[in-house]
Amino acid sequence: MNPAVGRRKPGLTRRLVRLALILLALVFLLLFLVLPLAAVFVEAFRQGVEPYLESIRQPEALSAIRLTLLVAAIAVPLNVVFGVAAAWAMTRFEFRGKALLGALIDLPFSVSPVISGLVYVLLFGAQGWFGPWLEAHGVKIIFAVPGLVLATVFITLPFVARELIPLMQSQGSEEEQAARVLGASGWQMFFRVTLPNIRWALLYGVLLCNARAMGEFGAVSVVSGHIRGLTTTMPLEVEMRYNEYDYVGAFAVASLLALLALLTLGIKTLLEWRYGDELAAHAPGGH
Amino acid sequence: MRQRVLPGFGLSLGYALAYLGLIVLLPMAALAWKATGIGLGGMLHLLSAPRTLAALRLSVGGALVAALVNVVIGLLVGWVLVRYRFPGRRLFDALVDLPFALPTAVAGIALPTLYAPNGWLGRWLEPLGIKVAYTPLGVLVAMVFVGFPFVVRTLQPVLASLERDVEEAAQSLGARRWQTFFRVILPMLAPTLLTGFSLALARAVGEYGSVIFIAGNIPMHSEIAPLLIVQKLEQFDYAGAAALGVALLLLSFALLIVVALLQRWSSRWAEASR
Repeated sequence: MNPAVGRRKPGLTRRLVRLALILLALVFLLLFLVLPLAAVFVEAFRQGVEPYLESIRQPEALSAIRLTLLVAAIAVPLNVVFGVAAAWAMTRFEFRGKALLGALIDLPFSVSPVISGLVYVLLFGAQGWFGPWLEAHGVKIIFAVPGLVLATVFITLPFVARELIPLMQSQGSEEEQAARVLGASGWQMFFRVTLPNIRWALLYGVLLCNARAMGEFGAVSVVSGHIRGLTTTMPLEVEMRYNEYDYVGAFAVASLLALLALLTLGIKTLLEWRYGDELAAHAPGGH
Repeated sequence: MRQRVLPGFGLSLGYALAYLGLIVLLPMAALAWKATGIGLGGMLHLLSAPRTLAALRLSVGGALVAALVNVVIGLLVGWVLVRYRFPGRRLFDALVDLPFALPTAVAGIALPTLYAPNGWLGRWLEPLGIKVAYTPLGVLVAMVFVGFPFVVRTLQPVLASLERDVEEAAQSLGARRWQTFFRVILPMLAPTLLTGFSLALARAVGEYGSVIFIAGNIPMHSEIAPLLIVQKLEQFDYAGAAALGVALLLLSFALLIVVALLQRWSSRWAEASR
C-alpha cells in the first residue's frame, strides 16, 4: 500500500512531525466524531437501563419505529428500481442530454432537505397545485404517510444510481452482448449477467440509501405535521421528545438510530474490504 | 450500432425519465411557480427584510467557512490516514463516514449536550469566554460536522495515487519537506480539494436537522435560512416559503458554479505546472 514506508530512514524531526500530525488528527476525530456518538449513549442510559427500556417500549416509540421501517421499505425499493434503470440507460446507450440526466439525478444532493419537503407541500398541500382535488376525493398526502414516503424518495433518489453508474461504466457491456448473441432473452441477460456483476455495488447503494431513508429528518419534518403515533418517524420522535425535555426518551430513540448508523458503517467497511474490486470506481463522497 | 444488441433502451430510459419527472421535475416546477406568486415586489420585500438577510448570510457564510475548515482538517486527516501507518488506522478510517451515517437529528441533539454551557465540552470552553451553543459558532460546528467526510473521501484516492517521484525529485533538488508540500503537493491537490469544498458547501448551505438544536435559533443572530422556510410554512405562507426556497437554491447553485469554474482553472494550472 505505502511504498514510502521503510524506503528511507526518517530523521528525528520527521518522525516528530509525523507523530504530531497523527495525534492531531486522532484527537480531532475523537473529540469531533466519537464524542457526539458517545454522548448519545451516555445520555440515553443516564437514569439506568430500566427507564431506557421503558421509553423505548412506549407506544409512540414503537409506532415511530414501525413507521420508519415502513417508509424505508417503500422508498428504498423504488429507488433501487430507478437506480438500476437509470444506470442501464446511462451506461449502455448513447443519447443526447445524458449529462443533463446525470445532473438531474444528482440534484437532490444539493437541495436543502427542507426544500425537498416543501416542494411536496406546494404540490399536494391544502393550497398546493393538487390540494383541492385531493381534498375533494378524500386523499391525504401531506401530513400523512404518502408525503413521508415521497419526501424520503426525493432525498434518497441518487444513492443507488450514483453507486451503479461508475461501476457499470467501467465494467463495459461485453458480457451482456455475449449473452445476447448466445440467445439469452433480455431478462435472462439481466438476471444472469448484469445483476450478478453489480450485486455488491447494488447492496452498497441500498445500504447508504436505507441509512439515509431511516434517518432523514428535515424533509419528513416539513411534510409530517408531527401527529404522534401516525406521522412521526423515529427522527421526528427524537425531536419531539427533546423539545418536551424528555431527554432520556429522546436519546433512547436516538441511540437506536445511532446503532443503525454503526451497523451501516460496519457493513459498509466489510463490503469495501471484502469486495473492494467489485465496488471499484464508486464516486467518492457522493452521499 | 453494436449497442443495438442490448435491449431495454426505451424501457430503462423511459422509466428513469418518468420517475425523475414525477419525483424531481414536477415538484421543482411547483416551487418555481409558487415563488412567482408573491410577484417581483413581494420577492424584493421578502429578501430585503433584515431577518431574511441575516438568515441567508448565516446559512451561506457559515457554509463557506465550514467548507474551508473542512478543507484544512480534511487535508490533515486524509494525509494521516493515507500516508502513515499506526494502530487503529482502519477503525479511524471507517469512523470518517460517521457524519454520513448518523441521522442529522441524532447529531443535532448530541451537539448541544457537548457544547451547551454546562455540557461536556462547553463547561471547559465557557471559562475561556468561548460560547458555542446558541451562537453562530454553534451553527458552524454543526456544519463542519455534517460536511466533514466529503473532503477526506475525495482526497484519499488522489493522495494514494499521487506520484511519489515528483516529491522525491523536488527533495533531491534540495527542497525541504514543507517546501515540497506547499509548492508541489498542494497545487496538485488543489482541484481535488475544491471538489471536496463544493460537496461540503452544498451539504452545509441547506443543512437543517443537525443545526437547529445547537443554534438556539435566535432571530438575527443564530437563525438559519431553512428554519425560516419552515416557519413560513407553519404560518401557511406558502408563497413566502417558496420564494425563500428559490432564493436559497439559486444562491447555492451560483456558489457551486463559481467553485466549478475555480476548479477548472486550478486543474488546468495543476496540469500546466507538471
